[in-house]
Amino acid sequence: MAYSDRIRGAYQATLKGIEDAGLFKRERLIHSPQAADIEVEFPTGSPLKKVINMCANNYLGLSSHPEVIKAAHEGLEKRGYGMSSVRFICGTQDIHRELENKLTAFLGTEDTLLFPSCMDANAGVFEAILTKDDVIISDRLVHASLVDGIRLCSAMHDTIKHSDMEHLEEKLQLHADKRFKLVVTDGVFSMDGDAARLDEMASLCEKHEAMILVDDSHATGFIGRTGRGTHEKCGVVGKMDVITTTFGKALGGASGGCVSGRRELVEMCRQRARPYLFSNTIAPVVVEGVLKVMDLITKSTERRDKLEKNAAYWRRGLTEAGFVLKEGDTPIVPVMLFNAKLAQDVSRALYDEGIYAIGFFFPVVAQGQARIRTQISAGHEIHHLDKALEAFVKVGRRFDILGKTKQEIVAKYGL
Amino acid sequence: MAEELKDIVLKYVTKEYLEDDSEPLTYETPLISGGIVDSFSMVSLKRFLENKYQIAIPDEEATPEAFDSVNKIVALVERFVAKKG
Repeated sequence: MAYSDRIRGAYQATLKGIEDAGLFKRERLIHSPQAADIEVEFPTGSPLKKVINMCANNYLGLSSHPEVIKAAHEGLEKRGYGMSSVRFICGTQDIHRELENKLTAFLGTEDTLLFPSCMDANAGVFEAILTKDDVIISDRLVHASLVDGIRLCSAMHDTIKHSDMEHLEEKLQLHADKRFKLVVTDGVFSMDGDAARLDEMASLCEKHEAMILVDDSHATGFIGRTGRGTHEKCGVVGKMDVITTTFGKALGGASGGCVSGRRELVEMCRQRARPYLFSNTIAPVVVEGVLKVMDLITKSTERRDKLEKNAAYWRRGLTEAGFVLKEGDTPIVPVMLFNAKLAQDVSRALYDEGIYAIGFFFPVVAQGQARIRTQISAGHEIHHLDKALEAFVKVGRRFDILGKTKQEIVAKYGL
Repeated sequence: MAEELKDIVLKYVTKEYLEDDSEPLTYETPLISGGIVDSFSMVSLKRFLENKYQIAIPDEEATPEAFDSVNKIVALVERFVAKKG
C-alpha cells in the first residue's frame, strides 16, 4: 500500500475544489420504488419526505409496473439470477436472442446486439466499425457516452453546430476524401429535449454516401406515432444505419442497451466491440423484464399517448406561468434559469414544496445555460402535474423570474 | 501575411464555433481552455488551414495549447508555411 498523505491530500484538494466551485454532486436516497410519488431522504439523515418525481427517465411509467415486475420474477425462477459469463463464452440464453429479435422488429432494423448499457454500446460501436481512414461528424450536443466512444476510436472526429444542416453538408464536403463518413446524433437531445432532424440528415447522408448513427435513448418506446423512436417521428424508419438505445429509461428503466442496425455493422460489434466482448451478459431477470415491456408497448400505444398529452399539458402550464423554456415537443422540458446557483436554489426550494427536480449546470450543460430539467412520465396523473405546477409558480414568484426574459433573469442573477 | 492570416482565422473560428449571441472573439481569447472550442472541433480548423495554406500540421504539433488562441494558431501556421519555403 502506498496511499500516502501526499496522495490523499492531493485528492482531497481536488474534491474541495469541486465543492468550492459549487459542482459537487450528492446522491439523494430514495426509499421507495421508482414512480411519480417517491419517498426521499435528503439531506442524508433527514426524515423521509414524500415528493413528486419530475426528473426520472421513467417516461412510460414502467419502472415499477406490476406486469414487468411479475415477468422479472418469473424470469428469475426460470433462468436464474446471473450467467457468470460474457455473451460469447456461455452467457447467451435463448431469451437474449429473443429480445434482440424483438428489438430488431420494433426499431425496423436488420439486426441487434445487446450490451450491458447504452453507455457500453456507445463505447464499443465506433471502434468496432471504423478505422483511422474514416471520419465521424457529430452534433456538438451529443451525449457524453457518444463522445467517450468516439474518443476510443481511431477515426478522425469533427463536429457540427447543433442541428445545423448547412454546417453538416459543409463538413460532409470537407471530409469527402475519407474512406467512410459516419454522422452521429442523439435522437432526442437529453439536456435540451429537442429532436434531431433525422429526415434532413438522412437525405444529406444519402447524397454524400455517409452512414448515420442515432442514439435514441431518450426516444425509444415513446417518440413517433407508435413509439419506435425519432426515426419514426421523422419518417425515416429503415434509413438509420445504426441505432443505439437503452433499456434504462422508458423500457423498464433497469439497465442494458443495444446496438441495432445494418447486419454487417452489428456483426462487427459482435466480433470487435470491447464492452460486448469483455463485460458480463445482461442478467436474465432484466431481459425478461424488457421482453415484457416490449410486449406491452407493441400491443398498445396507450402509455406513449398519455405521455404525449401529459408533456403538452406540462409545457403549456409552464409557458402560461411565464417560465423561459427550451422549445420542443418531447417529455423533456427544460426550465431555463441560466445561473448555476439560481438553478440549485430553485431546485432546493422546489424540494421544500414537495417537488423533486434537479438543477443542471456547467459542465453538464454549457456555461450560462443552467436549468431545471423536468421530465414527464406516463406515470404522472394530472393532479401530479397540477401540484408540481403550483410549486413551480410559487417558487418562480419567490425568485421573481416569472414573465422575465433571459436578459432580465441574467441581469438579476448573472451568468 | 500575419495580419491577413489573423483575420482569416478569426473569421473562421467565429463562424465555425460561435453561436449568434456569443461575445465577440479577440486574437487572445482562450479558445480551448476557455471552453469555446472543444479539442475535437479543432479538426475542422486544422483541415481548413492545411487545405488553405497547403501545409501538413502533424498531430503531435496540433495540441490544444497550440490552438488556444487566434494568435497562437497564426504562429503555428506561419511556422509551417516558413518550413515549406
